[in-house]
Amino acid sequence: MPLDLDTRTQLIDGVRRFVTERLRPIEAQVAADDAVPDAVLEEMKGLGLFGLSIPEEYGGLGLSMEDEALVAMELGRASPAFRSAFGTNVGIGSQGLVMFGTEAQKEKYLPGIASGEIVTSFALTEPEAGSDSANVQTRARLDGDHYVLDGSKRYITNAGRASLFTVMARTDPDRKGAAGVSAFLVPRDLAGLSVSKPEKKMGQQGAHIHDVVFEGVRVPVENLLGAEGEGFKVAMQVLDKGRLHIASVCVGVAERLIADSVAYAAERKQFGAPIASFQMIQAMIADSKTECLAARALVLETARRRDAGENVTLEASASKLYASEMVGRVADRAVQIFGGAGYVADYGIERLYRDVRIFRIYEGSSEIQKLVIARETMKRGG
Amino acid sequence: MKVLVPVKRVIDYNVKVRVKPDQTGVDLANVKMSMNPFDEIATEEAVRLKEKGVATEVVVVSIGPQQAQETIRTALAMGADRGILIVTDQDAEPLAVAKLLKAVIAEESPNLVVMGKQAIDGDNNAVGQMLAALLDWPQATFASKLEVTADKATVTREIDGGLQTLDVSLPAVITADLRLNEPRYASLPNIMKAKKKEIAMKTAADYGVDVSPKLKVLKVTEPPKRSAGIKVADAAELVGKLKSEGVL
Repeated sequence: MPLDLDTRTQLIDGVRRFVTERLRPIEAQVAADDAVPDAVLEEMKGLGLFGLSIPEEYGGLGLSMEDEALVAMELGRASPAFRSAFGTNVGIGSQGLVMFGTEAQKEKYLPGIASGEIVTSFALTEPEAGSDSANVQTRARLDGDHYVLDGSKRYITNAGRASLFTVMARTDPDRKGAAGVSAFLVPRDLAGLSVSKPEKKMGQQGAHIHDVVFEGVRVPVENLLGAEGEGFKVAMQVLDKGRLHIASVCVGVAERLIADSVAYAAERKQFGAPIASFQMIQAMIADSKTECLAARALVLETARRRDAGENVTLEASASKLYASEMVGRVADRAVQIFGGAGYVADYGIERLYRDVRIFRIYEGSSEIQKLVIARETMKRGG
Repeated sequence: MKVLVPVKRVIDYNVKVRVKPDQTGVDLANVKMSMNPFDEIATEEAVRLKEKGVATEVVVVSIGPQQAQETIRTALAMGADRGILIVTDQDAEPLAVAKLLKAVIAEESPNLVVMGKQAIDGDNNAVGQMLAALLDWPQATFASKLEVTADKATVTREIDGGLQTLDVSLPAVITADLRLNEPRYASLPNIMKAKKKEIAMKTAADYGVDVSPKLKVLKVTEPPKRSAGIKVADAAELVGKLKSEGVL
């Protein structure tokens, strides 16, 4: 249920204040150290950010998609690395459990996920399975009352801190493609599970991705999430929701880049006048603002429809495609408006330019979104 | 022990204030409003007293427009138990506020009043002192540290040139200075729960207090613009300039 306007305003104000006073001032430090300070992670837990999308009965906020989108937009105003710290708990790491978990599974894990005590990761991507997500090679072999997992996963966000993984593995090797894949809840402390060192990335320093390797990991049968063979369905529904969250973050980052650009253009003088007075600068600001408003409207409309119970697979993909491409263009223009300063690290614009590049790739690349949009549009006949 | 915390809705401290063209006051149209920062510190202190088990109930009271409910909600989200809003359409002057608070205290009988030393809009620094005088209660203003037992409060005050420590017997009025504490961010679950806490709606007439203005604002103006500085070549020229400007 969406929040009433007063409560929503207070919630958004609270998040905005935290972002402005606590997160923005340490962005450069987080990028340089490649780590979000523990004290800030604790503050995020205290604030309740890890539990945004966990139902209230399990200690979360149970936000509607629209409210979650609005919060994500505010969080987008700080370096995306901060959001990533709890992003998996809000999105791909928890939603499979929320949507498909048994009562026992939910009771066991959701309160810890909501408080941030348990950090979650979503392990779908493999060396041979990325955009072709049905090509999962990790095996899950039933052995008595356990499944035995063997295989490796790649680019798994927050794996270094995670204590619970949602893992996609093939239970039926005879069935190629989606039908043979199942989802599992895998605690970090099981024998045979190992996490590699974090990858060096282009941007979002402070957020980490790792390889996760499973060597004869014995997972109790009660940790199967959904029915056997339902893994792909779990993954797709989780990603549906995640796409709206990512699209919202894109809108937030774009809004921040536009605000920064406008502030800089008003102060930076060339030819004896602020560059904001030049029409070619204004044209860039106008393009960025218009596209950002369009993305915001698309995301919020889709979120409201999802809250109303409609199937938004098409619209969620369209939101993710448009918002992630939009923020790429906005970041590019921001660098252009800042000029030389946009290329210098001190101003933070080049950092955001690098940070936003991943939005067009993860949780479904732009190309995959287009396939989904086309397929769904043809299915609907227009 | 019951603690009463008066809170005021003021222009947000991040907003650059604009004076109305007719110089009658500050333009409040479409301006972000928040809780007075010193009141936030007072609320935090009261909530900490409750968390320590010293206080049993924290009641917040605000005097202002309907929208001051949001300010009360903020305090409730931080951990206060319930609120009282006395709706007034015009900005009440310090004496009227103190009289209304005295009337609220007559009904609520708190053991302690903790409030901001001043509001950042009027900067009057008056209500706490006036309230203590009207009640004939001890007061300790500009508190930077507060320890409360059943019948007294030990208050460290920031004064010119150092710190002063006072014992005041309860009930008393304490006003909070900047360094008393660092207020918490209300957690998102508590913001949602605050909606369910009670806010009693009152008017000044309910307390029989006349809030009509006794002061007249003649004119409100922007601070004078700083003119550009000048560069001097050396120390001798600097000293010469300072002398000719009458500074030295």
